Amino acid sequence: MTEQDKPTAPAESAPQPPAAPKPPWEEKPVTPVPHDAREHPEVREIAAAVPDAVLEAVEFAGQVTVTVAPERLAELARACKALGYGFLVDLTAVDWQARPEGRFDVVYWMHRHADSRRLRLRVRVAEGVEVPSVTGVWKVANWMEREVFDMFGIYFADHPNLERILTWEGFSGHPLRKDFPIEGIDTGAAVYPDVFPPGGGPVAGGEGES
Amino acid sequence: MPAPLMTYLVIPLVKIVVILAVVILLAAYMSYFERKVLAYMQIRIGPNRVGPRGWLQPIADALKLLVKEDIIPSRAEKLVYFLGPVLVVVPALLVFSVIPFGPAFKVAGQVVTPYLTDVNIGILFILAVSSIGVYGVILGGWASNNKYSMMGGLRSAAQLVSYEVPMGLSVVTVLLMANSLSLVKIVEAQQRSGVWYVFPGFIAFFIYFVCGVAETNRNPFDLPEAESELVAGFHTEYSGMKFAFYFLAEYANMVVISSIATVMFLGGWLPPFPNALAALWASPALAWIPPIAWFVLKMAVFLFVYIWFRGTFPRYRFDQLMALGWKVFIPVSLVNLMAVALGVLLIGGPR
Amino acid sequence: MSEPEALKPFPDSEEMEISFGPQHPATHGVLRVIVKLDGERIVDAKPVIGYLHRGTEKIFERETYNGTIPHTDRMDYTAAATNNQGLVGAVEKLMGVTIPPRAAYIRMMLAELQRIASHTIWLGTHALDIGAQSPFFYTFEEREKILDLFEEYCGARLTLNAMRVGGQPYDLPEGWTGRCRTFVDQLPARVAEWERLLTANRIWKLRTVGVGVISAADAIEWGLTGPPLRGSGVKWDVRKVFPYDRYDEVAFEIPTGAGGDTYDRYLVRMEEMRQSVRIVQQCLAKLPDGPVMAKVPKVIKPPKGDVYFSVEGPKGELGYYVVSDGGTNPYRLHVRPACFINLQALPEMVRGQLVADLIAVIGTLDIVLGEIDR
Repeated sequence: MTEQDKPTAPAESAPQPPAAPKPPWEEKPVTPVPHDAREHPEVREIAAAVPDAVLEAVEFAGQVTVTVAPERLAELARACKALGYGFLVDLTAVDWQARPEGRFDVVYWMHRHADSRRLRLRVRVAEGVEVPSVTGVWKVANWMEREVFDMFGIYFADHPNLERILTWEGFSGHPLRKDFPIEGIDTGAAVYPDVFPPGGGPVAGGEGES
Repeated sequence: MPAPLMTYLVIPLVKIVVILAVVILLAAYMSYFERKVLAYMQIRIGPNRVGPRGWLQPIADALKLLVKEDIIPSRAEKLVYFLGPVLVVVPALLVFSVIPFGPAFKVAGQVVTPYLTDVNIGILFILAVSSIGVYGVILGGWASNNKYSMMGGLRSAAQLVSYEVPMGLSVVTVLLMANSLSLVKIVEAQQRSGVWYVFPGFIAFFIYFVCGVAETNRNPFDLPEAESELVAGFHTEYSGMKFAFYFLAEYANMVVISSIATVMFLGGWLPPFPNALAALWASPALAWIPPIAWFVLKMAVFLFVYIWFRGTFPRYRFDQLMALGWKVFIPVSLVNLMAVALGVLLIGGPR
Repeated sequence: MSEPEALKPFPDSEEMEISFGPQHPATHGVLRVIVKLDGERIVDAKPVIGYLHRGTEKIFERETYNGTIPHTDRMDYTAAATNNQGLVGAVEKLMGVTIPPRAAYIRMMLAELQRIASHTIWLGTHALDIGAQSPFFYTFEEREKILDLFEEYCGARLTLNAMRVGGQPYDLPEGWTGRCRTFVDQLPARVAEWERLLTANRIWKLRTVGVGVISAADAIEWGLTGPPLRGSGVKWDVRKVFPYDRYDEVAFEIPTGAGGDTYDRYLVRMEEMRQSVRIVQQCLAKLPDGPVMAKVPKVIKPPKGDVYFSVEGPKGELGYYVVSDGGTNPYRLHVRPACFINLQALPEMVRGQLVADLIAVIGTLDIVLGEIDR
């Protein structure tokens, strides 16, 4: 970035408004703000299909997020699929460590091919609470849920094969949790310690730490 | 030196040594030739570091393989594992004993035949001996105690057995036309009739060569050693000299198939174009070329086609390979055999 | 994964379990597939992944927004430009930045060249897996030329790190457009050459037609995107459905297949290369003047919120889900890796077929383990 990119825009644009409006890339970015989206047609559709399941609906940057209660999720997912959301684009989780409503957000991002609409479902769950699996609704959710389980330790009820997927079986800890140290943990699998013990070879767990 | 000793011991021994040396060198240089030709087909340069233009590359490769550590998998069946490469390389070299590289000629009043021996059942001998090679492949694949090797061994067993049949049938058509099993006689019959058997027996020739490619496990029939599927197939676990034997056998087999095709269908050492350019047969323009040169030239064409195949074709799938063998080649070669037999019966063949 | 019993051809036969990979010539990296075989027939296949897991998503949380870009390069290392494009697009969407048109056009050119480069690798390795050696060298020759163009633009050939939040870090170097035009103008002839080697080749057709079939409905169910989805006949492309950058200003077609087999996916990718050439040609013709960087603050601090943004990568829909807590580092940055999700359909596509087909299907899914494992 050069000198002129410095965020000095408000100071100089305020006194004399230019004749032609500046192109958007020379203005300050227009930061999106969240709106309530309960009246959004897609949200209404869902609310009509499964009454009382929608806790909250927010539109942010053109994307609608519907927060639902975990116990209604399976029902809601099936209803969404019936409404045409046949493609589960993404499924992931966010760790909000100390949030009172529950530590994790599990996020489902669905796509409807008929009119290319996308909708996000969000479930707030506390640690140790099982989330109903949606593998019965969308087959693609299988590995995605395994990944969330692996990375966050969120259990999915009725998942056909809930195993670790990216880390190895027997790995302890869930790397994407905020309390997992970013430099990693000693799993006892370190075979290349900084100083080899006399005689060389792998060391027992913990000994190779330096 | 008494004459019998000379005839039955010294001369054959010298010939054996010469043929073995030439064949092994040929097989080694075949790999160089292949790498170079393939490289030019694939916008590369190929080996060019060892010796001028990389000419010493095969020697370097052979040396490297010789001094490499010979690893035997701990769970391998040791004796059979050792036997595998032997069973492959010996038949491949043995076949050369009956291949006529040229006509008999006289040196200092002594008739010299540029082949070890002319057995009157030459073709049968070749078919019988070269089939032994498949044991080496199967046993080597099985004894390695590796699933990939075993699958490679099984694949090649099935492949070799099923392609032996149409190959044999297409060879029989040549027998019918030549009225002999001896390879020398077959060439002489072609000379007498003035026609190479590739013309009357084109279908047989085609089937023979395609089956030959399959027999040598070469592209597009290289399933037993399909790199992308079975790592290296039956010789996955072999290293060092044992691997070199498999390698040598593969290239020696290519030379064998090419030389037999030359003998049976392209008139062996005869100069070209018996029909159209009959005048050339005796013309002095070609007379200075030794017959063996024609033989080598024709063989080289086949070897080039082998490499060409490798640079061009994708690989068949196993079931497709079997279907091709059993559903296409065997019926076609049977019908072809009948047709040739009828032709020989009615018009007396190309005699 | 529940009905292998019904599909088993010989219920009482002896099955063999074989582990393809993680070190195997045809698994494109460190994929491991545990295959249950009945002779040569696949009873079941179970992909095992994670051998290349580097915790990219965890590393993202430590980096500043621009600092995450080099890490995206290393996910799908055959398509760094589209990885960058997705990430910067996501952050820009979160911040509400509009990038200057010249930057958008440069991004599109880089992305389309990258798509061609990725497809050339795919074609070469896929053909090599099926046993055709030579296309590998022909395709890599063209890929080298693309990498030369990249190198000239940003100094790197593979891990480009060529985009920033708010635009492009550099303008195009002198003469780049001319060299790029020379390259894209000659490419269709080369693609036709590759097609001459394979498209009508009977062995190629034997090996690919009817192999790894997946119906359109199944493809959507399994979340396939990119060429695997289009090969099944679904006309769907992020560039058309949710146009980003300036894709709405260029004309291009979405090729689709009919049968959903390996051959269809092959044809789709070949056509995509031609369409990418078309896009680059249009970009070169329309390339506007002007700045390449929007006015963005030096320290990027998006507002609190979450945004999902996806681009059409060469392998499929590559999405980024950015969660910001208003700080300078992403609170959570999740990647929707196209390969990861496409690979999941592998057992479905190979069950009941032969070992050789497994190799063909792995090739046709065009997976890159760096993106799958992250």
